[in-house]
Amino acid sequence: MPGVTGLLIPLEWAVCLGEPASGSETAGSATGFPPGVENFCSRPIFPALGAEWSWLNNHLIQAIIGAAVVIAFWLWVAHAQKVVPSRRQFLGESLYNLLRNTVARDIVGHDYQRFVPYLVALFSFILVNNLFGEFFLFMFPTFSKIGYAWGLAILSWLLYNGVGIAKWGVLGYLKRSTIPAGVPKLLWFLIIPLEALSNFIVRPITLGLRLFANLFAGHLVVLVFVVGGTLLLESGQLGLIAAGGVSLVFSFAIFGLEIFVGVLQAYIFTVLTAQYVSSAIAEEH
Amino acid sequence: MITLEVDFGPLLPEHLSELIAGVVLFLLIFWVVAKKVVPVFEQTYAERTAEITGGIEKAESAQAEAAAALAEYQAQLATAREEAGRIREEARAQAVTLAAEIREQAQADSARLLATARAQIEAERAQVISQLRTEVGGLATQLAGRIVGESLEDDERARRSVERFIADLEAEPVPEKA
Repeated sequence: MPGVTGLLIPLEWAVCLGEPASGSETAGSATGFPPGVENFCSRPIFPALGAEWSWLNNHLIQAIIGAAVVIAFWLWVAHAQKVVPSRRQFLGESLYNLLRNTVARDIVGHDYQRFVPYLVALFSFILVNNLFGEFFLFMFPTFSKIGYAWGLAILSWLLYNGVGIAKWGVLGYLKRSTIPAGVPKLLWFLIIPLEALSNFIVRPITLGLRLFANLFAGHLVVLVFVVGGTLLLESGQLGLIAAGGVSLVFSFAIFGLEIFVGVLQAYIFTVLTAQYVSSAIAEEH
Repeated sequence: MITLEVDFGPLLPEHLSELIAGVVLFLLIFWVVAKKVVPVFEQTYAERTAEITGGIEKAESAQAEAAAALAEYQAQLATAREEAGRIREEARAQAVTLAAEIREQAQADSARLLATARAQIEAERAQVISQLRTEVGGLATQLAGRIVGESLEDDERARRSVERFIADLEAEPVPEKA
């Protein structure tokens, strides 16, 4: 793929999802437009090694780099701390306080301290990977690969159910999380399946899906504007070139929006996890 | 990947590695944050809290100390004033006593001087009297000799009569003391 976007976005998609890619060998997919599911395929780092090594792909590397950035950031702001903070320490404290006080303390409440590391790690990992979607080098939000989102959703599911069971015991926790206080016994047959569905199945699925879908859709919109704009610019017709320019300029607004969405989704995922933990260990429902 | 009748499309992971990597990387971050980052921040906060609390306590104790010192100074000041008053009173009393003493002494001195003077005068008078007696005796003898015209050169007799005369004189009661 020639052109400006080739520098910004890796457009040499590996063929994944076997059939759809080969099946839709239309004129559209040859040019990469309109962008679709195949634009989210991972590229193996070592294609020569064959399909067994396809798990070692660019998005995995990206996720690893993201994790390394997060770890490096926290170690950087945490080293050599003083009572009177330096600028670096102040930066770290601002972010840490946001998660510790606004998310952990205000939502989890009493006994919030042991959830702070989880929430800090969660927020910063998601945030960095989301911002990868808008910045050079990767231009791809890691969590638009749903596997990463499912991974975090499963962990959060394990966490809030785990602390609930640890606090109330298996039966006590099941009772507390399926029967809200004050529901008459006559309605139990209705409430218990609903609550169980909501608390044990819908919560983790929505957690993962929300994160994935926001970033997937956001990245798709970016692709539409950037790839479409580039194609229009290269079309050679004056009117289309103008439209392509407008499209590219507008894509910056989309980038801005996507940064916002990325931050928001990281925050929402973290806040919801804290909320679920809070409801699992709350004294009263 | 499990082949299902429904095509989940992008809702299923392309590779299982994504899920595993997500979990592993997250746990790695979690471990580092839990071990190396959160304790550091919490310790810093604890230190800060301790420092601020300590500062407040220090300030409070300093204030209390200052108040105590002020009270002490005021007490000392009151004592000092009292003492000054007492000393003034004492001084006044002392001055009065001293003045009285001085007056007394002066009176005593003057009395003593007067007595001395009087004694001296008395002694002088006695001396004058005895001298006068001698001289008056001599003169009287001479005078009597001239009047009688005859020498009363017989000193022995003359002296005896003079002495007798004077003894008579002395025997006479003296009307007043000199």
